[in-house]
Amino acid sequence: MKDEQDMLILGIETSCDETSAAVVKNGRDILSNVVSSQIESHKRFGGVVPEIASRHHVEQITYIFEEALKEAGTELKDIDAIAVTEGPGLVGALLVGVNSAKALAYAMDKPLVGVHHIAGHIYANHIVEELTFPLITLVVSGGHTELIYMKEHGSFEVIGETRDDAVGEAYDKVARTLGLPYPGGPHIDRLAHEGEASVKLPRAWLEPDSFDFSFSGLKSSVINTLHNAKQRGEEIPPENIAASFQESVIEVLVGKTMRAVEEKNVDRLLLAGGVAANKGLREALTSACSEKGISLTIPPMPLCTDNAAMIAAAGTIFYQQGRRADDRLNGQPGLVLK
Amino acid sequence: MNVLAIDTTTYVLGVGLIKENKLAGEMMTHLKKNHSLRLMPAIRTLMEEAEMKAEELDRIVVAQGPGSYTGVRIGVTTAKTMAWALGIPVAGVSSLELMAQNGRYFNGVVSPFIDARRGQVYTGLYRYEDGQMKQLEKDRIIMHEDWLKKLKDSGENVLFTSPDAEKHKEQITELLGKQAVFARLTENILRPGELAMLGMEKEADGAVHDFTPNYIRMAEAESNWLAANKGQQTKSKGE
Ligand SMILES: [Zn+2]
Repeated sequence: MKDEQDMLILGIETSCDETSAAVVKNGRDILSNVVSSQIESHKRFGGVVPEIASRHHVEQITYIFEEALKEAGTELKDIDAIAVTEGPGLVGALLVGVNSAKALAYAMDKPLVGVHHIAGHIYANHIVEELTFPLITLVVSGGHTELIYMKEHGSFEVIGETRDDAVGEAYDKVARTLGLPYPGGPHIDRLAHEGEASVKLPRAWLEPDSFDFSFSGLKSSVINTLHNAKQRGEEIPPENIAASFQESVIEVLVGKTMRAVEEKNVDRLLLAGGVAANKGLREALTSACSEKGISLTIPPMPLCTDNAAMIAAAGTIFYQQGRRADDRLNGQPGLVLK
Repeated sequence: MNVLAIDTTTYVLGVGLIKENKLAGEMMTHLKKNHSLRLMPAIRTLMEEAEMKAEELDRIVVAQGPGSYTGVRIGVTTAKTMAWALGIPVAGVSSLELMAQNGRYFNGVVSPFIDARRGQVYTGLYRYEDGQMKQLEKDRIIMHEDWLKKLKDSGENVLFTSPDAEKHKEQITELLGKQAVFARLTENILRPGELAMLGMEKEADGAVHDFTPNYIRMAEAESNWLAANKGQQTKSKGE
């Protein structure tokens, strides 16, 4: 399984409600990627409860490690380094991953690498198709909406980010307003394809030169529209609300992304994060990119949502670049990508 | 036997080490500082001082709770991961049982406690008998006032050991008067050497994977949900 020159990295990800461990060979070859989702445990609360997420992580962690190694057909002693998400995320959840990673690194005398969660999402694309530079990544998830410029491996320049809600957050809130179950994103996406964008909703372009995003106004506008219709005794079909909301979100996301691609003069675009699963967004970006001759990479679903293979992939590059964490590595909920 | 002991259940950070059945060392701070940052450096330092390598360890012992949820998790996560990686057993000791050891040779009962906020404490009741500390009342979370009344009615002399003793001293004295005895500051602390020894004598837990903290209390969201949905089953481990 492992040749002398092969590099095996064990990745660990516990920043939110997925407990995950993975073994990745030479940065791109997934030998295992075990993800234990807690979604069922949090459903009844209508969202992720941090304390419960942390409790689950402790219960699962070594079991997940063992599964990941077994599936990869390897042993702890053959691992070259351990890569772990150090932030951002839920602090209590991050602490389980970080402390288990430090314990492994100490017990087995292995090097340790800290990975920014978003760097992980970006490097999910590297597993799919080797990265070429310069490039732009659009990161869209429950906690993030960012445009990132990369001129080379391991270099991240955040050129735009959300000023309020992340895309995934806006989706969840609108879904809740429509009485859809948690998590709401996939439901809105599905409904949007059945409906018609008949409701007029705003587009938050912000300043003309800005790559930042804002979705809270759009979300409020949906709530107001529904409220006013109700007062008039009218009913707007939920699929039309979903379609109109999705249209507004996608128009802004794609518009700003394509402008960034043009302005930064890159010919490569990556999509990353859980909202990359959104069909409407995939379709719109695909057609915009083919029109402009931009090569677009979108990871398959299991690599878009939180997983440890992406952490191992990013960790491999960082490890090769000589980045090391020590015994004082800590979980950092507000870690900034640089 | 070589045993590494870890306690991060309260603000005390403690690491203890038994080398060839003898207590080789203890590292402790009583600072309200970040355990996550400081635990592994403490373990490495103590192990290096004792000239021991991780693979020479035969067992990991950890204070399993109750205490600060985050603190308990840092200790348990570190302990169970090390034990799993090294292929050795992990043994858990109640942080209250550990604290009760400071009342050895006391003529009466010992009530170790940890502040659990909103007037509540994690506590239990112990008595030194036949050379060991025996548990009389199981560890629990309770309104401190209710607990103190119960102790008052027993008529026994009670020694209180707790890192949070200072904060509760007035309330205890008010209710128990001369029945209450307080430990000195140095005896209010959870000793990692004591933890190592207790853990060495204990039966180790068989399955490292299933080793979990003993929070004593359910997550708040969970108890609220249960209260709102009476009679429903829950998957999570609580009380
Ligand atoms: Zn994520």
